[in-house]
Amino acid sequence: MATIPTTASQIAAAVASGSITAREVLEAHLARIDERESEIHAFNLVTADVARAQADAIDADIAAGRPVGPLAGVPIALKDNMCTHGIETTCSSKILEGWKPPYDATVVTRLRAAGAVMVGKTNLDEFAMGSSTENSAFGATRNPLDTSRVPGGSSGGSAAAVAAGFSPVSLGSDTGGSIRQPAALCGVVGVKPTYGRVSRYGLVAYASSLDQIGPFATTVADAALMTEVISGHDVMDSTSIPQPAPSLVDAASQGVAGMRIGRVVDLPGGAEPEVSARLDAAFEALAAAGATIVDITLPSLGYALTAYYLIAPAEASSNLARFDGVRYGLRVNAADTNAMYGATRAAGFGDEVKRRIMLGTYALSAGYYDAYYGKALKVRRLIAQDFDKAYESVDTILMPTSPLVAFKFGEKADDPMSMYLCDIYTIPTNLAGHPAMSVPFGTGAHGLPVGIQVLAPALGEAAMFRVGGALELAAGGAQ
Amino acid sequence: MTQSGSPISAADVAKVAHLARLDIDDAQVEHFTEQLAKVMVHFGDIDALDLSGVEPMTQPYPLVNVMREDVEQPTLDTDEVLASAPAAEERRFRVPPIVGTEG
Repeated sequence: MATIPTTASQIAAAVASGSITAREVLEAHLARIDERESEIHAFNLVTADVARAQADAIDADIAAGRPVGPLAGVPIALKDNMCTHGIETTCSSKILEGWKPPYDATVVTRLRAAGAVMVGKTNLDEFAMGSSTENSAFGATRNPLDTSRVPGGSSGGSAAAVAAGFSPVSLGSDTGGSIRQPAALCGVVGVKPTYGRVSRYGLVAYASSLDQIGPFATTVADAALMTEVISGHDVMDSTSIPQPAPSLVDAASQGVAGMRIGRVVDLPGGAEPEVSARLDAAFEALAAAGATIVDITLPSLGYALTAYYLIAPAEASSNLARFDGVRYGLRVNAADTNAMYGATRAAGFGDEVKRRIMLGTYALSAGYYDAYYGKALKVRRLIAQDFDKAYESVDTILMPTSPLVAFKFGEKADDPMSMYLCDIYTIPTNLAGHPAMSVPFGTGAHGLPVGIQVLAPALGEAAMFRVGGALELAAGGAQ
Repeated sequence: MTQSGSPISAADVAKVAHLARLDIDDAQVEHFTEQLAKVMVHFGDIDALDLSGVEPMTQPYPLVNVMREDVEQPTLDTDEVLASAPAAEERRFRVPPIVGTEG
């Protein structure tokens, strides 16, 4: 068998040229899954049969001389909160266990059209609520770099799948950092595109004004390629931005000469010293590559955590009302419908989901709306205004992705506030609706990877990928 | 805010659980109250901000109503959808009695 290339773009080129078959690529990845999945638990479901059929179809297209897409034969893992027609989609919750969606999410349709081969559905914190993947109803995912530690979350399974080599790329969803933080903790690239860039149709909603689908990859160029494939207007999502998918792959190798990179002088504290040191090193590397470092302030950033943990649970309490034992998923029978709702939801949801539903219900309830939810929406505006002002003088902003490297299992599992603090640097961009990405940039405590986060204004993905590519190069990575 | 100084009481949590249709027992109410109180103490930080005159922001950008031509479109397959339901009868979702022991 020929050597299997490691990146998605190399695989697609090799498959399209006929130098390797999609089936060979797939079998090599399935073999890696066989070898290590019992230790990692990246997947809720490995869809080997579906993948083999998709790979064989790609190979048949190539044999017949038919055109193939930009991800021809590329194995891909999908977070298990994206609907796949006829294939179990659980959100790692008992309340949806066994549910087979009657339709595909738009991203699934686009990936298939691009020639990607779906190897499985990945584990997550239940309904994407968490920062460690410990909240999964089906057991935690382990960090492939150190299995005594969490992979981050909520898209921990998708990050771990790429870090373990189970697939060269995967998709996650990011509501408050759920792509970028696990990417940082697992040492891979993770991207949250601009809100509205990627259709949310078929993504099981957590907080609709914040949720956005994005890729994990081992290289910045692969992440750019994936973002190109999944972006673009979709009539099925009323918040989808009516703009065509941007061209991004070239940006990853354009360099940063002449770019202005913001350094936040009033960044909220809490980052480990080794993480702060890597951030300093990142600024030095970008300056050496020809960028100008500009000091900026984001005075409201410290309040983002509070705004987020009021707004996201408020939206979640409304979105998760649909899980009521009537149309899909679990039902616990009771004498009347109201009692059935209460018993079903108590049995079907885990503790973190219950906490956020209650928090959101409280923040929205009569007498507390103005004091909590209403105030949080105003803080959200202040944060967006801070960014608008900063982007008058810079093209992108750099900060840590996570204040901490990967932590041990159980360290924060029953202390919600310490878990929420993991998201302190990722949340602000979700509130503003901007794109951001995490790029591995060396190691911190215990030799574990540190991710540096590149933030850009709305629709500023090209500038973001330029900086991401420069960081990757400076860290000794691809190009 | 409750009189005790804690930002949320056990009675608040029990009420909210009922509103959200989550049957939780007294021990769980205690446990969640303790955890939520810790989180809500942190939320007090935004009380320091002057938010007068700040417009609430519900979405990253203003939403516009999306309309399409009023032409028939394919819909989900009814049998397939009902196959996922906990109970169905005569092409409808079946539920327990609506009028029951609780209002």
